[in-house]
Amino acid sequence: MAERIYVFKRFERFWHWSQAGLIMFLMLTAFDIHGTYAIFGFEKAVAYHTIAAWSLIGLWVFAIFWHFTTGEWKQYIPTTEKVVAMIHYYSVGIFRNEPHPFKLTQLRKHNPLQRLAYLGIMLFVGPLIWVTGVLYLFYADWAAWGLTKLQLEWVATGHIIGAFMMLAFLIAHVYLTTAGHTPMAHIKAMITGWEEVD
Amino acid sequence: MRHLLIRAALMFCCAAPLAAVGPVLADEAKSEPKPLKLTTTADHTKFKELQKQFNSGPEVTKACLACHTEAAGQIHRTKHWKWEYLNPETKQTLGKKTVVNNFCISIASNYASCTSCHVGYGWKDANFDFKSEENVDCLACHDTTGNYKKPPGFAGNPVVKDTEYPPGSGKIIKGTDLAKVAQKVGKTSRDTCGACHFNGGGGDGVKHGDMDSSLAAPTKELDVHMDAEGLDFTCGTCHSTSSHDVAGSRYAPTAQDKQGARIRGKADKGNPATCVACHGNGPHKKEARLNQHATKIACQTCHIPTYARGGIPTKMVWDWSTAGQRDAEGKQITKKDAKGHIIYESRKGDFTLAENVKPEYFWFNGRVDYTLVTDKIEKSEQRTPINRISGSATDGKSMIWPMKVFRGSQPYDPVNKTLVTPHTAGNDDTGYWKNLDWDKAITVGMNDSGHPYSGKMEFLKTEMSWPITHMVAPKEKALGCAECHSKQSRLAGIQGIYIPVRDNNKLLDTIGWAIVFLTMLGVFGHGAIRIVSSRKHQAKEN
Repeated sequence: MAERIYVFKRFERFWHWSQAGLIMFLMLTAFDIHGTYAIFGFEKAVAYHTIAAWSLIGLWVFAIFWHFTTGEWKQYIPTTEKVVAMIHYYSVGIFRNEPHPFKLTQLRKHNPLQRLAYLGIMLFVGPLIWVTGVLYLFYADWAAWGLTKLQLEWVATGHIIGAFMMLAFLIAHVYLTTAGHTPMAHIKAMITGWEEVD
Repeated sequence: MRHLLIRAALMFCCAAPLAAVGPVLADEAKSEPKPLKLTTTADHTKFKELQKQFNSGPEVTKACLACHTEAAGQIHRTKHWKWEYLNPETKQTLGKKTVVNNFCISIASNYASCTSCHVGYGWKDANFDFKSEENVDCLACHDTTGNYKKPPGFAGNPVVKDTEYPPGSGKIIKGTDLAKVAQKVGKTSRDTCGACHFNGGGGDGVKHGDMDSSLAAPTKELDVHMDAEGLDFTCGTCHSTSSHDVAGSRYAPTAQDKQGARIRGKADKGNPATCVACHGNGPHKKEARLNQHATKIACQTCHIPTYARGGIPTKMVWDWSTAGQRDAEGKQITKKDAKGHIIYESRKGDFTLAENVKPEYFWFNGRVDYTLVTDKIEKSEQRTPINRISGSATDGKSMIWPMKVFRGSQPYDPVNKTLVTPHTAGNDDTGYWKNLDWDKAITVGMNDSGHPYSGKMEFLKTEMSWPITHMVAPKEKALGCAECHSKQSRLAGIQGIYIPVRDNNKLLDTIGWAIVFLTMLGVFGHGAIRIVSSRKHQAKEN
């Protein structure tokens, strides 16, 4: 009989899924604005993208507050422990039905690769998108902010780089949710909060 | 209460005008001022000075000046009178008297025809007296009857008696009763301004593209301000005058107006005809981002989606080089398109017409340099600009402006390397429109304008830019974002700024999609191997 651990608390699950929805909607509108396709058209896509962006900023304010007050931020401290084992597992072990090298607990709910990936997203891709996005929104105020040397092209390019990286992350992330104990184990955990472990 | 009584009395009067009215009520009704329809304080039909027969324009003007003593002197200072303008920035002397264009080319030697649009009488040659007060034409601008006409060929004079013109043609121009016109003078109107400005270039809508007779009584769709059933602006509402000097100029346009909305009492020498003069610099209330756009983009760029929208085509190309063809009997030819618009005339050459035209867009800072008949031109593959507009993304004075670019080919002296001023109009032996002989026409015309002509002529390809500023559409019809923020951007030719979507970096997109594709490939590959290997394991276990 598998052991069950309560890993994702209610707020965390709410945060995750509303963030997931907003990011996917932001992706959808982003590439509409970019001219890749025209579902809403540039004008509406910009309006929706802006609303979704502000919503996500609001959500992040709550999430950051939650992480610091609960101490959950420690879940993202990077570690080199078992990183090699994880890489070996994803590239070889998983195909040989080898056991997962990482045993998750309430205090360590992310495996070392997850820690690194999420930290990278939060420290690099996220800020890149947010800083360029906010600059984009406040283009009119650059002069007042003293940003006279800043070029719209750099900001736009940074924002687009961020978008592609986020899209690549999203694909890999969604796939790796199936790499748990059973293909649906991680997804169930993110919905119910309970993860089954061996 | 008193008001109600008067109302009742008035209603009673209307209903039964012959019935006896009580003395008290009748007195009350009498004390009300009589209703006035006039927008001025003077009813000109009552003036003895105007109740007579006028045999010429100057006779009318003398009567006007008897009361309006300073009017002629004011007119004498204006471009409308002098047809001369010294551009303070370029120091070029311009004005119709001097410039050459690529429509009918030049007024030199063609005065009697061209000056039908002069606010004066009798400018038939280069010796016109610009100091004459009685030769100022008050009626051209102040007529309200619509009956006042100045036919070409009469040097700006109206025709008072029925006259055969051209002589011997059998065509009769009907005379105008100037007394009736003079007694009905009033403020200028779209019709009076339009009589000339709608017909620039020799016909309705020919020259400007954003001005033609459809603006005489436009719909809201065509012009949100001049909308005859709505705001009903006249030209003078924006081009407000001071001492008869009409604001707004195509020789020195205001490309960027940073002064904000004009307020009474504020000392201000700015052009009152700009959009900003009324709307200010931040007119978009709902979408602040649009005000940011308005720091680089002229209002006209978004708010005039196309010009020549009123059903009247404008000329886009005029090729003088094909003029001169005759039919088998040696007569001049006219060709028309399916809609009946002239596209070829022996005396003028080929035309290309267009309606609902998308403008071309340029950085423009208000500086316009003209190519004058005195300027040397090296003939090349590139079109010679008749008026060269200046502007760039970085000069701090430029805005992105919509323009009609009028292209053509016109006579050129390859030896002296100058444009020429041919004699076109005129019922004489040398006028090109009658005799189709370039050599005679150019010799006479250049003699009149006082410039040398080598005797050799070729055709030079030229272009002329006309800022588009009329036919402002209702805001719902303003350009959408994607008109510019797309790969088929209207602003494709605008350099020096980054326009999102138009300027997407192809390399960045390629690398970005490659990373996304490789991630997908990795994910699917990994997944496929997982499925295969787990089946193997299951098979083993079984």
